[in-house]
This record gives sequence, C-alpha cells and structure tokens, in this order.
Amino acid sequence: MDADDNVYDALAAADHDGRWAHGAGFDESVVEVTAPAPDGVDTEDLAAYCLMLADDALVGSQRLSEWATHAPELEEEVALANIALDLLGQARVLLARAGHLGAAERFRVAGRASEATGDGRAHDDEDVLAYFRDDRFFRNVTLAEIDLGDFAQTMAWMLVFSSWRLGLMTRLRGSADPVLAAVATKAVPELAYQREYAAGWVLRLGDGTELSHVRMQAGLDAVWPFVEEIFGAHAVETRLVEAGVAVDPAALRADVDADLEQVLPVATLTRPERPAVGLVGGRGGRDGVHTEALGPVLAVMQSLARAHPEATW
Amino acid sequence: MVSTLTDRSPWDVAAEVTDPEMPMLTLADLGVLRSVSHDDGRVVATITPTYAGCPALDAMRADLAEKLADFGEVEVRVSLTPPWTTDLISDEGRRKLAEAGVAPPEHIGPRTTGPVALTLAPPEKRVECPRCGSADTAVLSRFGPTACTALVRCRVCREPFEHMKDI
Repeated sequence: MDADDNVYDALAAADHDGRWAHGAGFDESVVEVTAPAPDGVDTEDLAAYCLMLADDALVGSQRLSEWATHAPELEEEVALANIALDLLGQARVLLARAGHLGAAERFRVAGRASEATGDGRAHDDEDVLAYFRDDRFFRNVTLAEIDLGDFAQTMAWMLVFSSWRLGLMTRLRGSADPVLAAVATKAVPELAYQREYAAGWVLRLGDGTELSHVRMQAGLDAVWPFVEEIFGAHAVETRLVEAGVAVDPAALRADVDADLEQVLPVATLTRPERPAVGLVGGRGGRDGVHTEALGPVLAVMQSLARAHPEATW
Repeated sequence: MVSTLTDRSPWDVAAEVTDPEMPMLTLADLGVLRSVSHDDGRVVATITPTYAGCPALDAMRADLAEKLADFGEVEVRVSLTPPWTTDLISDEGRRKLAEAGVAPPEHIGPRTTGPVALTLAPPEKRVECPRCGSADTAVLSRFGPTACTALVRCRVCREPFEHMKDI
C-alpha cells in the first residue's frame, strides 16, 4: 500500500521502522517455533494444544493487567504487571507455534496482506490469533477469564492458577514437542515466583486482620467453582498425552492440592465446599464454551486492533 | 566482503551492544548473545531472551541490527534453548552490576528437573547490600522495576536496592 493512503503508514515510513500498532511486529519469533510436529503427532492436535496453553496465559495476563493503576500499593502494581508480562511471554511463543502449525489461517482478515518471513512463515500469526479470533474460538479454561474481584480474590486466583500451571509446565519440560519443552523450561522458574508471591499474600491476608481474613476466604470461595474444570482432559489432550506431547490435567490435581494443603491451614482458611460450575453439554472452555466474562475481556484487548487492522507506528 | 571501518570481528561489535534496561551490562556480559556468524556479506546473530516476555528483546534486536549493519545483511535470531539462566552472567557482568548498585544473582547450578517445592518462610540466605556489604537485608518485593530484579532494602544503611533474581 502506498504510504500516502494511510496516516499510520505515512508515520511509519518516516524511519522505515513501522510496527503494527497493536502487535509485536513479531519478526523475532523464536527459531524453535518453526520445528515440524514430532513424528506421529497430529499437527492439528498439536496446534490446538498450543492454543489452549497460549490462551490460558493470554487471557489470564489480560485479566491481571486490569490491575494497572488500581493495585493497593506501588510494589503490588509492579508485581502484577510483571506477572502479566511473564504470562504474555509464554502466550506469544505458543501462539506463534500454533500459527506455524496452521491455526491462524482461518482468522486472517481478508485483504490484509501478510508478509512472509525468510522461513516462509507469516510474520503476524500471533497477532492474528490474539486480535482476530472471537470468544468461541478461544480455548482457555474458564478459570483464566473470570473477574478477579478484589486483591484478595486475585491472590486466591493466582495461587490456584500458578500452582496448576507450574505443575503443568514442570511436566511439559519432557514433552516430545521441542517448542513446548522449551517454553515450559523457561516458564517453570517464572511460575514458581508467581506462586510464591500469591502464597505470601494468601497467608498474610488470611492470617491478618478480621476483615482481611473474611475477604481472603470470600475470594477463595469465589474462585472455587472454576477450579474443577482445570483438571478435566479434553480429547485433544488425551490423544497428545499418549503421544508424549501433552500433560494429563488430572495429574495436576495432586500438585494444586499439595500447595493448598500447605498454605490454607497456616492462613487459617477453609478449603471451600462449593459446587463446580458445570460444563455445558459436557463442553467447557477448552471447547470454546465460555462464561459471559470472556467477551468483555476480549473486547478491551481486541477492539483497537480491529478498528485499525493495518495501523503501524 | 567490503572492508569495514575497523578490523574488529562481528562478534566483537555485537558483544558491545548493551542491555536496554541494564545499560551497565553488554549482551555478552549478560550471556544473552549466543553466536555471531559472518559469511559472504551476511551476519547472523543469535540471542536468547532472559524472560520469555522480556520487552527489551525488540530493542536488543534493533540495536544489534544497527551495529552490525557495516558487515552486510543482518539477521537476528532468537533461540529459547538452552534456556537463559542468571548463571550465564559473566564475572565481569556481576562486578558491573554490583558497581551500579544492583546486587548480582547467586550461582544456582544445574536446574532441578523435579517438582519445585513451595516455601512459605523467607529465604535463610540474605542478599548482600551492594552499598555497604551488610547481609542484614529484607526483600521488599519479589518483583522490581524490570522482570529480572527484586526490590530489597538494607537494614544497616537503610538504602533500598535492586537484586537480580537467581533464575
């Protein structure tokens, strides 16, 4: 497109350093992303699994970033932003991997040219997947999308989420897929920090004042109905577990339980006994069946990119 | 190959590029620069991210591309494996960090491949204050102004400082 046609292009043309305004200009996609699917592993399944793990991190990251300018103290503000950034980093590589395996094609905006990089890969797979997919195509567990409530609820959420994801990534380091193994190896120490941060706050608030205790327990109670779903295996996961690629979510229950058993008594909190939010006809977040909470999260994340799909800066 | 202004190798030039968030460290000090190959007017530099979500990566790429442009066409690749750890920071890098008031990370050795235990008690080992050398310090926040640092305060000289997390 001629630079004069578009105000953003004209701005970017000034120094030939234009980036798509909302995305990463992700030419730096890691080299490992282009590895073929391991022998005997279904490419579509692998792409779907990468999307699941990417979306958990992407949507969770977007939720956490809602705390920007609202956190109770500057230190927590910085911590929450850092944690959101860690999750975003995991999401980006996984989205690029899913895109390389073909998951982005159907979401590409008609008429929007996608330049190929040197290795023949479209350079904007991760942007297409993040910004141009509707909610029913997101594969995150619903725990990732729920409103995080107050700070206490956010810490309850983070304790469960990071404990679960840490268990997952710890096992995924041995995945037959080199990209998943690489992402997992980097993610483990990051998630260990997140879990420690959350556990520290759950402890402090639970075993704090009368009010902080009440709100910490209420936060845990609010998160609880969404916990059961994270231990359920989708058919894609079951097939990939057999192929040595994926982690069986059922195995993660013991990890989360062990962490909760360690934290809750010291924090004087009670393990909630609340019924799980039911799946819809056996389908949940992994099938694209989400709660009403996801739409507004995606609207905030995607609306600008959709309004100016070719903007660069 | 067109002769360049200096006789320095592409590696020497790339190794001098500094980290945008920790400008006292070069990419070589940090252990982020993996390799630089130069062949027939084409330079390929490979770097590894400190954190997967490190926003400084883009700036590193741009800086490398600019500094290496004299040698020909530049490609900067990013590789995740083997993963970066703070053990890759050189002794020189550790010295520069301490000089700049950032407590350098401890050597952590080979990574555990098993599950990571959750510890609720504060770590027994304290970070040494880079200003006065006291070990009487307390962590203010595990997450500092950049993803790779924590905020610590010295109880003796009362100064807050950054600690590069062992990771």
